[in-house]
Amino acid sequence: MLEIKNLTKSFGGFTALSNVNLDVRSGERLGLIGPNGSGKTTLINCISGTIRNYTGDVQFNGASLNDLKAYQRARMGIARSFQIPKPFQSMTIKQNLMVPLEYAVQDNNLDQHGLDDEADRILVLLGLADKADDISSNLTQIEMRKLELARAMAVKPKLLISDEAMAGLSSTEVDDILKILVELNETAKITIIMIEHIMRAVMSFSERVICLDAGKIIANATPQEVIKVPAVERAYLGE
Amino acid sequence: MKSNRFYLIMLALVILSYLVTALIDNQYPFFAGFAILQLMVMALAWNILGGYGGYVNFGSAAFFGLGAYAAIVSYQLFAAPLIVQVLVGGFFCALLGLATGYLTLRLRGVYFAIATLALLVVSETLIHNWDYVGGAAGAYILPSRTLSFLGVLFVGQDGGLFSNNKEFLFFLMCILTFLTIIICRTIENSKYGRGLAALRDNEEAAESMGVPTLKLKLIATMISAALMGINGGFFPYYMTFVEPTSAFSLDISINALAMPLIGGTASWLGPVLGAVVLGTLQQIATVTISSEINLLIVGLFLVLFVIFAPEGFLGLIKKFGKRRD
Repeated sequence: MLEIKNLTKSFGGFTALSNVNLDVRSGERLGLIGPNGSGKTTLINCISGTIRNYTGDVQFNGASLNDLKAYQRARMGIARSFQIPKPFQSMTIKQNLMVPLEYAVQDNNLDQHGLDDEADRILVLLGLADKADDISSNLTQIEMRKLELARAMAVKPKLLISDEAMAGLSSTEVDDILKILVELNETAKITIIMIEHIMRAVMSFSERVICLDAGKIIANATPQEVIKVPAVERAYLGE
Repeated sequence: MKSNRFYLIMLALVILSYLVTALIDNQYPFFAGFAILQLMVMALAWNILGGYGGYVNFGSAAFFGLGAYAAIVSYQLFAAPLIVQVLVGGFFCALLGLATGYLTLRLRGVYFAIATLALLVVSETLIHNWDYVGGAAGAYILPSRTLSFLGVLFVGQDGGLFSNNKEFLFFLMCILTFLTIIICRTIENSKYGRGLAALRDNEEAAESMGVPTLKLKLIATMISAALMGINGGFFPYYMTFVEPTSAFSLDISINALAMPLIGGTASWLGPVLGAVVLGTLQQIATVTISSEINLLIVGLFLVLFVIFAPEGFLGLIKKFGKRRD
């Protein structure tokens, strides 16, 4: 579904991604780990189109994304959440979801009423229903993370990229979010790439884990195998 | 229902503004009223890009001035009637808005503000050095005492719909104001307005949620510039004389930006309130003290509101409304 070939991205003299090759199958649950500064967020910025001046090739369902802007990629079904929540602060939570529902979802059968129902459904799923009419700048950090995820879901994605959606959440909240993501993957057949530092979450969620270090993929295997790779251990713990 | 009522009120106001011109003989209220309405349209036009989209534009005066000079050019080229002058001003500024938007809207925050300020300086310099429109000496438009169009006598002492030009201009400005309010209100309540609000709050997130941010910003700049241009198109006819310093005055840009900020940028009512309060105060100050004091009033209000009521009159109204509940 997603094919990345020879992706390289430098910021001035610093190479954030160097010759990254990656295939993601349709319906797969992929974990993306790596130490801070290893290029995880840069990689998803290149996939989602937030960064476009990279070299290499990013393909989605056989079509090249290189010339497409972020909004066009969203309309093709690529959604992401942001590591640092970026809510639309002047809007209520529900209005936040209406933006992707109105702009990204390419389903002409949905009328205003249908969009409304869809927003309500997502809010219930993430336990934000009773806050639907609250202004999003008044939310707690945890609610903001949930809103990030809710908004990405409102894009009705084929590929959902969650960038540290669980940072700062309690153990039960992590379980709640994991359950939602697994359900999205299994029932709606959404492909999910999860960037996460909470190892317990990535390891239990992912079917396959790749590890980035200094812009290169140093491991690509099942969760059980990845933690045994010496290079991964070195990347996290040093020599 | 609510929407119908809004349009009925607008229609009633159009009729009322005509009746006022028929009933009042003194020309001064129309001269002053025109000035206040002019500020209102400027404030509303600025608010489309500045308030809804979050892009602070210091170049409003450039579009206003170029609208005025487009009117002058159309008058000198083929003695175009007022309506054509005004439309030429609007059309020209819409195109120019599109072009400048395309060049400058990749900039954000203070850089965008500086780029728009530069547009103002460049346009004023160009007009200053263009002899065809009078250069620094300015240009005249002498409105005739009668004006008929398609066989109807619009302006004339005997049997005209309006007895003089000031009344006629006041009525046209009323219509422009109402149209501008309708445009702003429609934007606010539309998918387009929600997209603008999203990009104002966070452009990167908006783009990732499928909002074509550049396109939305360009449309906003175009509408805003066109309204400024139409507004400026009336200016030569109203003043009968235009020179670059007054048509491209920085005061225009500051007024256009201060009134929405003082009134509140969230809805069309904010710029309207800001223009009514500040415009009226400025008119009173002009008559009683001096027109030099106008900018001082704006400055004082701006400082006070930024410190004590950052959401303007609208924010204050909301706050007191809540307290009463």
